[in-house]
Amino acid sequence: MTTAPETPRRQKREAAGSSAARPASRKNGNGGKRTNRAKSEARLGWLIAGPAFFIMLAVTAYPIAQAIYDSLFSFRLTAPDERSFVFLQNYMTILSDTEVFWRALLVTLLVTVVTVAVELVLGFGLALVMHKALKRIRGALRTAILVPYGIITVVSAFAWYYMFDINSGFVNGWFGWVPGIDSDLDWFANFGTAITIIMASEIWKTTPFIALLLLAGLAQVPDELVEASKVDGARWRQQMTRVILPNMKAAIMVAVLFRALDAFRIFDNVFIMTNGAAGTEVLSLLAYRTSIGRLEIGLGSAVSVILFICVLLICVIAIKGFKVDLASGTDSKGGK
Amino acid sequence: MASNGKLTGKQRLGWTVLTIVVLVYALFPVAAILATSFKTPADLGNASFLPGSPTWENYEMILFGDAQGLFLTALRNSIGITLIATFIAVVLATLCAYAIARLDFPGKKIILGSALAVSVFPVISVVIPLFNLWRNIGLYDTWLGLIIPYLSLTLPISIWTLAAFFRQIPWDLEQAAQVDGATQWQAFRRAIVPLAMPGVFTTAIIAFFIAWNDFVYGISLTSTEAARPVPAALAFFTGASQFEEPTGAISAAAIVVTIPVVVLVLLFQRQIVSGLTQGAVKG
Repeated sequence: MTTAPETPRRQKREAAGSSAARPASRKNGNGGKRTNRAKSEARLGWLIAGPAFFIMLAVTAYPIAQAIYDSLFSFRLTAPDERSFVFLQNYMTILSDTEVFWRALLVTLLVTVVTVAVELVLGFGLALVMHKALKRIRGALRTAILVPYGIITVVSAFAWYYMFDINSGFVNGWFGWVPGIDSDLDWFANFGTAITIIMASEIWKTTPFIALLLLAGLAQVPDELVEASKVDGARWRQQMTRVILPNMKAAIMVAVLFRALDAFRIFDNVFIMTNGAAGTEVLSLLAYRTSIGRLEIGLGSAVSVILFICVLLICVIAIKGFKVDLASGTDSKGGK
Repeated sequence: MASNGKLTGKQRLGWTVLTIVVLVYALFPVAAILATSFKTPADLGNASFLPGSPTWENYEMILFGDAQGLFLTALRNSIGITLIATFIAVVLATLCAYAIARLDFPGKKIILGSALAVSVFPVISVVIPLFNLWRNIGLYDTWLGLIIPYLSLTLPISIWTLAAFFRQIPWDLEQAAQVDGATQWQAFRRAIVPLAMPGVFTTAIIAFFIAWNDFVYGISLTSTEAARPVPAALAFFTGASQFEEPTGAISAAAIVVTIPVVVLVLLFQRQIVSGLTQGAVKG
């Protein structure tokens, strides 16, 4: 009797194979007729998967809807009675502000492009080193690069800040022989140096993540292909560009997309190191300072909606441009 | 390549240099803040890496001295809030991932897709409406007021990691055990739970890291010691007196909150790496 449920489930699984491509569709493999069993399985599925799903929606979809709504009002918490509907006025105000908004957007884009590019190169180098390293060293290396990953961003920001800070830093003392570094160089007083340190701390903190993803991607490149290319006399560079990199495409895309989105939301290290001084204000910080700092909920909500739209745009561009189907990755992406 | 065994002297030198470079890269900033945490106020300004006369006074200040109230309360908040948020996320995500891996129901992709969407959501966009709402309904500056938003950080990655993990479990084992005479529950407990536990555990560690790392929610949704977690407390820490930069105390506090995380990393590095990469690459 215990074996009884076995057979129907097998059949279900096979039916599932064909319906997986269009899960929301009512037409399943078995001719549009949903059996009771399928119904009860669907009910059970939603019963146990539902709570997580609805909590995720509640903590994100609701606030963003509220933000969109709030962004249409002139609304300051300091003067709650003067709340009035202004439609797109807040957006006009923001988008016409080249000094603040467009500057913040450009700084954010700069940080995103530079950090992702540098991290990709550094991370690939690290991944190659780990991939080829002897077993014993590999463990030590992996442990070491997990340290930056494990450290909280705020601590990493303080570590970098204190290294370069004019009062407590030692960098000026150590690197005095480098042209341009004087003992009285205040790294956080001007844009170029401040943003460099901010990006350096971001790169230090998150390169390990990229390296680990790329290492997993390297491990998925079939050894036979590499060997075969060697037998055919391919040089190192040809191996890289013809065999290894094409086979890691999925891993590279995932790494770039996730890091780009992450870098675009940069906040912690900027807040700690400059708090937006010296022209280093980024979009997240602008949204924070407008609404929670100055309590201008309407204007701040508009900034955060714009930020949200930017993130959506990055996703769309990445998915269209790289032709990565992230949702279908659940079925087959890693299965090479 | 790694299995070739013997290395020439030149190769060995190359590997040693590379390893040292990577180690320095990964550990130098940590070493710097560690060194700073042992400096006396007088030492701080002398532009050297190592403390001239190492002292424990920064640690004493945050653990037993003036800053004790600030730091230890924040630490308690962080531990409590993060553990509760991790626990809830892992329980819900385990159920969800089980359903995704094991059952066939319409909407699976919607769940996975929205988990992905939530994980790329800009936290700052969510926090502003929450700030307003929490103030109206009394969740502002409370533990619950942070636990709920932390679920938006911990749930998506937990669902993805666990779904990837559960897909690799040979569920047929359960049936095999049933054929061998075990009851359904026994079969599940003996055959599946031991296989699933490492994944659940790994997910818990990753979720814990992410919640422990939060800063935006922490500074935006709290205003006092009632719920302010460590990262936010560090940012708002103003030192013993108005005229003294709290550099040493912040460094010491930073080291104290880093040690448990680094210990976790060292203990479970293998699981963390496989969990992170499975969730992201294999999806």
